[in-house]
Amino acid sequence: MPPGTPLEYYLILSAVMFVTGAAGVILRRNAIVIFMSIELMLNSVNLTLVAYAHHLADHAGQILVFFVMAIAAAEAAIGLAIVIALFRNKQTVQVDEINVMKW
Amino acid sequence: MNEPADTVGSLYPTLIVLLPLLGFLVNGLAGRKLASETVSGIIGSGAVGISFLLSLLVLVDLTGRPAESRAYTVTLFEWIAAGGLAVNAAFQVDQLSVMMMLIITGVGFLIHVYSIGYMHGDPAFWRFFAYLNLFIFMMLVLVMADNFLLMFLGWEGVGLCSYLLIGFWHTRKFDTGGYPRGAATTPDAARKAFVVNRIGDVGFLVAMFMLFDATGTLDFGDVFTQAPARFTSGEPLIVAITLLLFLGATGKSAQIPLYIWLPDAMAGPTPVSALIHAATMVTAGIYMVARCSVLFVLAPVTMEVVAIVGIATAFFAATMGLVQTDIKKILAYSTVSQLGYMFAGLGVGAFTAGLFHVMTHAFFKALLFLGAGAVIHALHDEQDVTKMGGLKKFMPGTYRTQLIAALAIAGVPPLAGFFSKDEILWKTFSEGSVVIWGLGWLTAGLTAFYMFRMMTLVFEGEPRFGHDKHPHEAPATMLIPLVVLAVLSAAGGFLGIPHALGGGNILETWLEPVFERSSRILPPSTHGSLATEYVLMALSVGIGLAGVILARKLYVSRRDVVDRFATRFSSLYALLFNKYYIDEVLDAVVVRPVKVGSQRLLWKWIDAGIIDGTVNGCAHALTALSTVARKIQTGNVSNYGLAILIGISLLLGFIIAGWNG
Repeated sequence: MPPGTPLEYYLILSAVMFVTGAAGVILRRNAIVIFMSIELMLNSVNLTLVAYAHHLADHAGQILVFFVMAIAAAEAAIGLAIVIALFRNKQTVQVDEINVMKW
Repeated sequence: MNEPADTVGSLYPTLIVLLPLLGFLVNGLAGRKLASETVSGIIGSGAVGISFLLSLLVLVDLTGRPAESRAYTVTLFEWIAAGGLAVNAAFQVDQLSVMMMLIITGVGFLIHVYSIGYMHGDPAFWRFFAYLNLFIFMMLVLVMADNFLLMFLGWEGVGLCSYLLIGFWHTRKFDTGGYPRGAATTPDAARKAFVVNRIGDVGFLVAMFMLFDATGTLDFGDVFTQAPARFTSGEPLIVAITLLLFLGATGKSAQIPLYIWLPDAMAGPTPVSALIHAATMVTAGIYMVARCSVLFVLAPVTMEVVAIVGIATAFFAATMGLVQTDIKKILAYSTVSQLGYMFAGLGVGAFTAGLFHVMTHAFFKALLFLGAGAVIHALHDEQDVTKMGGLKKFMPGTYRTQLIAALAIAGVPPLAGFFSKDEILWKTFSEGSVVIWGLGWLTAGLTAFYMFRMMTLVFEGEPRFGHDKHPHEAPATMLIPLVVLAVLSAAGGFLGIPHALGGGNILETWLEPVFERSSRILPPSTHGSLATEYVLMALSVGIGLAGVILARKLYVSRRDVVDRFATRFSSLYALLFNKYYIDEVLDAVVVRPVKVGSQRLLWKWIDAGIIDGTVNGCAHALTALSTVARKIQTGNVSNYGLAILIGISLLLGFIIAGWNG
């Protein structure tokens, strides 16, 4: 992290990433893209954590990032498995074609 | 009440009650598997037989005690304890209940034995014996209960058993004799008995509530001790209580206006008619009134009502019995009529006389019914007396026993019926009024007449049944009970030979302690002169014999007179044959309004309209709401995601706003 870069820059970048990810989750229809958008959101949070850890000189934030990454990896494995299972059953990964999650 | 100290006192009464229950359980649960008439029959009869022997032992035990300790209770367990209400499952043994126990188990045992022969070959033989045993159990609970609630259990129980047994042949058609139009099925008769009984039961139940409210206990001993101090003679409360109790008695003991179930109850197998509708169940009302004698003597109005209803029933039932053609119906009306006598006796305060007649009536009426069963059996389910005749030479044994029974009920000395009926008549004269006595006296003549009309039509003259029928004497299992009952019908009256005839009236002395308290409340007996008693005795024997001779004369040699009489007074004949149209009247006044009210008002309007409307309305409203609400659930993940996002944003917004503000 280059010295002198203000904390706000990181936070603005992080917010942009987060909103991009959230919009991706809501607007995109391809399950894989939605998945990637979720990763984007997670990483934006990671960025915030690291930035604050540096700013406050507290390592707890960085340690938390490791946890988030580990869980994101596990989540990626399970999520991909779900997508594969979904594709096997429906021959599609378009979420708007899969509207069984209701009554 | 003292608690007994020995096994006879404590164990036997319990066993007496529980054995028939055990018999019911064995036959009822395992009877189908046993699939053996012999085993079922022996279990059923044996349970009651042993109960009878134990009852005898209890009687012997009681006679061995000093007179003042002949009443005790056996407490099994605390049945109900709720606040002020404490009810024990406890049996009362005293002079009165022992007498009833002996009648129930003794006559009951003979009828069980008879049923082995009568029900031979019935596919549900075991079920029949199970029901019979259950009935005996319930009846014993009724007479041995030491509180109103336990008595009510037995009271309801015999009603249930009566329903089960009347409808035993539930597939058979049954001729109700004109009402309702056409033939009904036996379940109809069973239902009628049950429902009519229930009407009386309501009276019993309400009376019980009122008694508990007034005295705070349901225990016989406590209630009867408190009653003379708690109620002043003739106060409205006690009159209401006793009238309601009597309403219960009219239901169970088939008195006006609730007697209508008994003639239809003849749809059941004949041993059932003998056991329930002659010897035991119908005497429950008499027993109850006698047991509550203290309450009844405190309400002179009720006593008068009891006497009047009793004697009216006796008379009207006897007139109806005159024209019936179904052998069992003749006997049914005869039972109603004799029960009327008993109530007349109770109503004038002659409790012992009423109970004496209960006993003798149990003997000869059971005998008559069982004899009728033997005849019906021999003629392959023929019940119409006009299609019988001349059976004397085919069934000499049955004939002789029936003759004894008929003479006994007709009041011919020295058979049992003479003593008991005469005692009632004498008491109605000396304690009651001439009108009651006069009606009773006329009824005695009618009784003798219809009984010998039946005897003549069944046993005398030429056979009128088809040539395809070959009547035979009843088998031993049926004949032996007949003979035993015949002996009892002949000799049973010697227990109560009146003082006027130089007897000791053993029964009256025996029962005296039971009615001691009530006799102190009753106005002192007037004790008419001996001469009057002899004259009345002669009069009642006279009218009885006249009835016997007239019936024999008319139905043996002068049938033409009978036929001419029937055509001449056809409207009277129709009136009697149709039971004074009381079924029709009750139908129009009670049954139809209730039916229409239930259908139109309660069902169509209140139930279907208001109650169902409310419930269905709620459901419809929810359905409408959810059709709108479920549009939100699209099933599309993106929509859900958006919802979550908006939700979280709002939440965070609130939290942040909270921090700052």
